[in-house]
Amino acid sequence: MTSVDRPVMQKKDYKTDQDVRWCPGCGDYSILNAVQNAFAKMGKQLHETVIISGIGCSSRFPYYMETFGFHTIHGRAPAIATGVKISNPALDVWVVTGDGDAMSIGGNHFIHAMRRNIGLKILLFNNRIYGLTKGQFSPTSEQGKVTKSSPLGSVDYPFSPIALTLGAGGTFVARGVDVFGAHLEEIVIKANAHSGTAVVEIYQNCNIFNDGAFKGFSEKEVRDARILYLEHQKPLLWGPNKDQGIAFDAQFRPYIVTGADLGKAYVWDETAETPAPAMALATMSETEFPVPVGVFRRREKPTFEAGVQAQVTAAKSKKKESLRDLLYAGEIWDVK
Amino acid sequence: MHTSNTSTTGHEKGLQDLDQVVIRFAGDSGDGMQLTGDQFTRTTALMGNDIATFPDFPAEIRAPAGTLPGVSAFQLRFSSFDIHTPGDAPDVLVAMNPAALKVHLKELKKDGILLLNTASFSALDLKKAKYDKDPRTDGTLLGYRLIEVDLEARTQEALVNSALDNRDRERCKNMYALGILYWMFHREMAPTEKSIAQKFGKKPDLVDANLTAMKAGYAYAETVEIFQTAYRVLPAPMKPGTYRNIMGNQSLCLGLVAAAQKSGLQLFLGSYPITPASDILHQLSTYKHLGVITFQAEDEIAAVAAAIGASYSGCLGLTSTSGPGICLKSEAIGLAVMAELPLIVLNVQRAGPSTGMPTKTQQADLLQVMYGRNGESPVCVISASTPADAFEVGYEAVRIATKYMVPVVVLSDGFIANGSEPWLLPDPETLPPITVSFAPAGKPGEKFMPYARNPETLARPWARPGTKGLVHRIGGLEKQDVTGNICYDADNHQHMIETRAKKVANIANDLPPTATIGDRTGDLLVLGWGSPRGAITAATQRLTQQGHKVSCAFLRHLNPLPNDLLALMRGFKKVVLPELNSGQLAMMLRAKYLIDVQSFSQVNGQPFKTDDIEAFLKTVLAGMKKEVRQ
Repeated sequence: MTSVDRPVMQKKDYKTDQDVRWCPGCGDYSILNAVQNAFAKMGKQLHETVIISGIGCSSRFPYYMETFGFHTIHGRAPAIATGVKISNPALDVWVVTGDGDAMSIGGNHFIHAMRRNIGLKILLFNNRIYGLTKGQFSPTSEQGKVTKSSPLGSVDYPFSPIALTLGAGGTFVARGVDVFGAHLEEIVIKANAHSGTAVVEIYQNCNIFNDGAFKGFSEKEVRDARILYLEHQKPLLWGPNKDQGIAFDAQFRPYIVTGADLGKAYVWDETAETPAPAMALATMSETEFPVPVGVFRRREKPTFEAGVQAQVTAAKSKKKESLRDLLYAGEIWDVK
Repeated sequence: MHTSNTSTTGHEKGLQDLDQVVIRFAGDSGDGMQLTGDQFTRTTALMGNDIATFPDFPAEIRAPAGTLPGVSAFQLRFSSFDIHTPGDAPDVLVAMNPAALKVHLKELKKDGILLLNTASFSALDLKKAKYDKDPRTDGTLLGYRLIEVDLEARTQEALVNSALDNRDRERCKNMYALGILYWMFHREMAPTEKSIAQKFGKKPDLVDANLTAMKAGYAYAETVEIFQTAYRVLPAPMKPGTYRNIMGNQSLCLGLVAAAQKSGLQLFLGSYPITPASDILHQLSTYKHLGVITFQAEDEIAAVAAAIGASYSGCLGLTSTSGPGICLKSEAIGLAVMAELPLIVLNVQRAGPSTGMPTKTQQADLLQVMYGRNGESPVCVISASTPADAFEVGYEAVRIATKYMVPVVVLSDGFIANGSEPWLLPDPETLPPITVSFAPAGKPGEKFMPYARNPETLARPWARPGTKGLVHRIGGLEKQDVTGNICYDADNHQHMIETRAKKVANIANDLPPTATIGDRTGDLLVLGWGSPRGAITAATQRLTQQGHKVSCAFLRHLNPLPNDLLALMRGFKKVVLPELNSGQLAMMLRAKYLIDVQSFSQVNGQPFKTDDIEAFLKTVLAGMKKEVRQ
């Protein structure tokens, strides 16, 4: 769309005059890059876009985007963004958060955003560690993780953000990886096209406190062998020659198929009504199975903000009341 | 009950004029005491009396029937003169069961009227009420004017032809009692007929039974010999105008909506249900036709956070809460301080700490809202002092929040929220205008400065997302003045802390001189804030009539305090401050002004009694005389 009002946008238009202050080598740089590319492709106008974040390394994101930005408090970004979106549904509202911000201190707001299906686009940077507080385990860290706060290994089991989102009723659930720039751009564009809550989990390397957390499947040499790209209406195949597949048994337990059985590979349907296949992929072992990326679920459903505004609009057309009528209501009496 | 004259006109039995009456209805939570009190109140308001009410009920929805914790009460005082409180001790107690009698008899005035329902005085009923002996036979009730009525039997008789089942018929006994009182106090039944018909309109059998029971009670009182006299309280001389009986939560909502209409802002309430603030959420959710958006959030934090988001996007964000809820909102309020956004926090205080006593009143959150945030985090704090006053306070909150771009905390309390009084309705045309301007679209090539300030108010511009040329970033990190960029510079931080404080302090420049009741100099100044206003006014008036040089003044604005407060306090030999906490405002005043403000504290979950304040002030006055002599 090109006009005087909606000029063509370029990546550089989204850059601010602020120096980016993430550690050199941080995965956040590639995410910023992918998001700016995606925004340019979508022609996002600066003044129509609001980016809201909580606390953590990821939450510095708004300072580096030449849009409206609000760097709020720990865990509460979805709640603040909800107020923004209900008040003005025309705004394009993005939430940038991390695994600590969204899954731990802000877990409640996160799941309730899913429940309501409010039109927020949530980018969840998951580095499986607390970076800004200098390296404690996070709610997505693997069990047994040795950190400053867990010298003998963490006892906690981790959340799968994808499974949590699916369980909370998420209508758009996807995963990208910081170093898969083009793929991430694509996912950001798909998330943008979704009317309700869209969650994109982004595996992000923290090269200071959790370096290499994802290298077992994200590095160039192993990528083809370890990554399962979810493609709508295509079978779940992976490997350099696409010669391995995922099928499900009657209990929706995944198993690997090869050779003659490859035809049994499950044909992916991101719009499926049942969340069972997506849940199975989200919870399967990262060591026994490939790591799925792409869209796990995409289902349209009326949004919260539309419902709220519709009630207001209907009430306004049904009942007109002046301020005087409002005050001078009920049982009133005159004193002379 | 003070008798002013007697008259027998217009009534078959004797009719005696009184200048005021205090009635307390007490019964089980399920006995409909709040409804009965409410009906008496509406009728009495329409008949032109001044009124003040005090509902006092347990937090439990239905405690076990007949037990002491299950007792619910409604006190109302009506008069032929201007009154300020729902009264101390009742003249009339309606006790629907032994438990209600046990809880409330000790407060009934000597020689007071006791209307006692004798239907439930079995051994088990007495045991539940923790009576060892039947109080009717052991002398407990001596000295009161006892009227015993088996309300259940009488009601069943009256409803013999009703279509309702036995249980539902029995539940009309409160209306039978109301009928008796209507006769005793010469009230008209028409307003209740209308109101009940509206309330239960879809159930004609229920309307019929309730009204039949009420009329039967009225007829019973008129007929039986135990009532020698009926009483009449003539209308109070009130300022001319149109009145409506109003509860504090209601008028607070109306004040906010009126201000939104006047300023052209859309209201957004983010709230999580909590006693006694929930009615604000309920009421505002019925104003969608006025453009009000209500959002029932997942928790207290989300409620205030969403309100901040709404203010950020150009609506006026409100959040309502009480007790523990205000603690949960602290961090987010700090963000609004830092982001310099308008935000209104309605705190209907209740007895704490922790869960405390949810339905009981207290004013103990003042220091919490003043200082209960990390860092130097000044907000404006204002307080409502009566149910009708809450309208003006709501209106004032909007004015300040939008003019200065600051969070405003409105302190109310359970006593104001659920109490009621006649409200002289304002003319909507004469409400002061509230002008709100948003930052205009920016010019190409010009960088928007989110913290460029209005030189007079120090307010920053309100820049709505969606406006061209205004993109900017704000947040909870310290920022450079004018540009809003993140800034850790020492001088800038000092400057910003001082600026945020100055901005709140500037609000005092708008305030009118502090009004006093009584002279502006004298022996004793009684200061007050919030709901003790009525009791303080009444106590001060009594002392003035007794010849003491006592004045009182009330503070709506607690932060900033009025500029003339110090001079006012210096005009008196002594300053006393009654408050329903352990002396919080007294501490603030002592710290700020180095004046020996004497605290009179009460923290029992109940409003002040006029008698108690009067007694305390007398002790202070007596002490002052002694000092002079020494």
